[in-house]
Amino acid sequence: MVEINLWSGLRRFAGDQTVISVSGSTVREILDALVKAHPALLQVIKAGVSVSLNGQIVTNMSTAVDPLDEIYLIQRIKGG
Amino acid sequence: MPKDDLKTAYRLVGTRPNRPDGLDKVTGRARYGADISAPGMLHAAVVRSPHAHARIIRIDASKALALDGVKAVITRADFPTGLTGEDWNLQENTLAGDVALYDGHAVAAVAATSKLLAQDAARLVEVEYEVLPHVIDVDAAMQPDAPVIRAGTADHSVPEGMHPNVVKYIEFGHGDLEAGFAEADLVRAQSYKTEATHQGYIEPHACLGQMGADGKGEMWVCTQGQWYIRRMCSAVLGTEASQLRVTPSEIGGGFGGKTTIFMEPLALALSRKAGGRPVKLVMSRAEVLRATGPTASASMDVKMGMKVDGTITAASVNFRMQGGAFIGSSPVGEALSCALACYTVPAVFHQGYEVLANRPKAAAYRAPGSPMAAFAVESLLDEMCHELGLDPLAVRLKNAAREGAKASYGPTYNRIGLVETLEATMAHANLKVPLGPNQGRGAAAGFWFNHGGETSVSLAIGEDGTVTVSVGTPDVGGSRASLGMMTAETLGIAYESVRVNIVETGALGVNEPTHGSRATFASGLAAVEAAKQAIAQMCARAAAEWGIDAEAVEWLDGAAVPAGPNAGKFPPMSIAEIGAKMGSTGGPISGHHEVTAGGVGASFGAHVVDVEVDPETGRTTVLRYLVVQDAGRAIHPAYVEGQYQGGAVQGIGWALNEEYVYGADGRLQNAVFLDYRIPVASDLPMIDTVIVEVPNPGHPYGVRGVGETGITPPLPALANAIAAATGVRLRSLPMSPPKVLAAIKANARG
Repeated sequence: MVEINLWSGLRRFAGDQTVISVSGSTVREILDALVKAHPALLQVIKAGVSVSLNGQIVTNMSTAVDPLDEIYLIQRIKGG
Repeated sequence: MPKDDLKTAYRLVGTRPNRPDGLDKVTGRARYGADISAPGMLHAAVVRSPHAHARIIRIDASKALALDGVKAVITRADFPTGLTGEDWNLQENTLAGDVALYDGHAVAAVAATSKLLAQDAARLVEVEYEVLPHVIDVDAAMQPDAPVIRAGTADHSVPEGMHPNVVKYIEFGHGDLEAGFAEADLVRAQSYKTEATHQGYIEPHACLGQMGADGKGEMWVCTQGQWYIRRMCSAVLGTEASQLRVTPSEIGGGFGGKTTIFMEPLALALSRKAGGRPVKLVMSRAEVLRATGPTASASMDVKMGMKVDGTITAASVNFRMQGGAFIGSSPVGEALSCALACYTVPAVFHQGYEVLANRPKAAAYRAPGSPMAAFAVESLLDEMCHELGLDPLAVRLKNAAREGAKASYGPTYNRIGLVETLEATMAHANLKVPLGPNQGRGAAAGFWFNHGGETSVSLAIGEDGTVTVSVGTPDVGGSRASLGMMTAETLGIAYESVRVNIVETGALGVNEPTHGSRATFASGLAAVEAAKQAIAQMCARAAAEWGIDAEAVEWLDGAAVPAGPNAGKFPPMSIAEIGAKMGSTGGPISGHHEVTAGGVGASFGAHVVDVEVDPETGRTTVLRYLVVQDAGRAIHPAYVEGQYQGGAVQGIGWALNEEYVYGADGRLQNAVFLDYRIPVASDLPMIDTVIVEVPNPGHPYGVRGVGETGITPPLPALANAIAAATGVRLRSLPMSPPKVLAAIKANARG
């Protein structure tokens, strides 16, 4: 299982949980599992979030994840 | 022992060769957006709303079309319908539909055989408006009696019961906030405001567009991102992206403001309506200020707890930002994430609201959101340090974020250089200069994430052994030099033997714009990988010629050489020799790499400014200014220093003078540079810089982006310096002479 940390604005769409454990071996799989467990999160994820994997923002949904990885869903960041 | 595991000595990296675009720019040979022309070209002019908020009742272009030489007039009726989300926002901002949402909002456009004729024709387009109530200020826009700008815009995040102008809500944090405040010896809370400012690039937006009835088109445009122009124009016009070829011109500054579209689809739509004749559209400065993206204005509350030894025990922020009349345009999320990113604080809580107002659609501006956040947090931190009798820089160092610490926005920091940056700042000679009467010194720290993003780079070996690199990130701050240096370093050849070209959308896979301080980082990473591919091919060609295995050949100082005595005795085969005969040894040699670049290194900086405030006029003179920032590795230090200085100067302008001034009618009052006061050379001292190098392990040469962090600390650093000079704390920007003088007088009255 992989632990996904949600920023607190997401918690109300996920049963008030801060950390959710899901199965999956890639970023895409764990996001799919997250939405399956908490369908209300779909609109939030579709609206745009950034996935932080061990301190790095990843955009490649095929990136592999491991149970020991630190994963955060955070605000989508744009630059100038 | 170096602080990093990366190589620290290079042949080219870290040197200061001539800039590749220097001669073109000083001789006027460089071609900017407005320099592009084409046979049969028409000129465009835009009809803009004189009202901050108005329903469009009727548009009558008959008088304009009756002029000899007017070839086309377009309104929103010429655009496809049914767009959603940000595509609809872009289309609506390009040309208003039913309602003009801000002063300067485009409502129609004209193409004619001369610019003067187009402007005359635009004045003949009759637009009947029903003026609606408007709101400009972010706090006013949240009040119950505020006019509703666009009902139903709010997304899922907004709690029930809020005004319809509140369209997005964000909150996040960690730790026990109340316990943190209870643990503190001093708890303070203050409110701060910043006004919208413009990126102020020298070159106004300009483009030349051509499109036929078949939807095939071309565009030459000054932009930070030709693929973004292609995608956004195609979405707005309902055409296919692959049918539009976009070529970026030289660019006279962007700072985030040229990562999106404003008027580019108008040129294409006019061309399509005028039978495919190319249409040139160049904005005036007033149009740039009225109708292109400034940054957001902000209203912010900060609360912080601190022990007597300077330990920050808890902090909370509540930010409200307007980014115009379109959801998703304010950088409130970024501002929240940056607010406390410099510090390790056990308990933090962030709340943010995005609010609609009758202002232009905000665009990114250098570290979007971070300068405002820093103004609020770093000002309060400074106030509390002085109240407790602590050195503000020492307190920053005490609480500084370090490798392995949890960032205030969640994830764990990798290798970062804030501690090294603060230590270098505290050791700088500027801090030892004695100050005189009415003078004060202020310091602040700043943060920006930096960004990787979609990147595609190609590299080709020439017949003479010189190298061409094709990249998709327009050069706004020296990336052609840095990319050329890294390529030459990797290939072991002269810097002058590499030419870096910024290419059009047909030449590479999709590239994100030059934004997020990513060009030298991401395109550099891809260029190095492309060079390695070419090296592997050149080693294979040499091996074939020598009749040995490719694994028995290595690349050294620009030539293939046998890898050790067992490989045989062959003289080095140079890149020039390999290039000269590549046609007969297997064909062209090239390298290509595409990636969504990871491994980004976060960026931290610290600034110290000395000011003198004239107590009779309130005018602030900047006496000395120091920028210290972690570059990871400075590929071309002169360009890095230029980025530091440029960021500081824009921040000084934001802090002291720049602001959007609106009248009671909601119209922008200062849409020219005479009234919108950006700093000029005579306003500034030489900006001192120190490049700290804590290499980013995610890049082959250790690069972090350097373009954005520099604009973040000036706002609070100036506020802190003015407070030290006058005893007056200003919590609203800009700190222009009338405001400073009023504050001094109010303070004197007690």
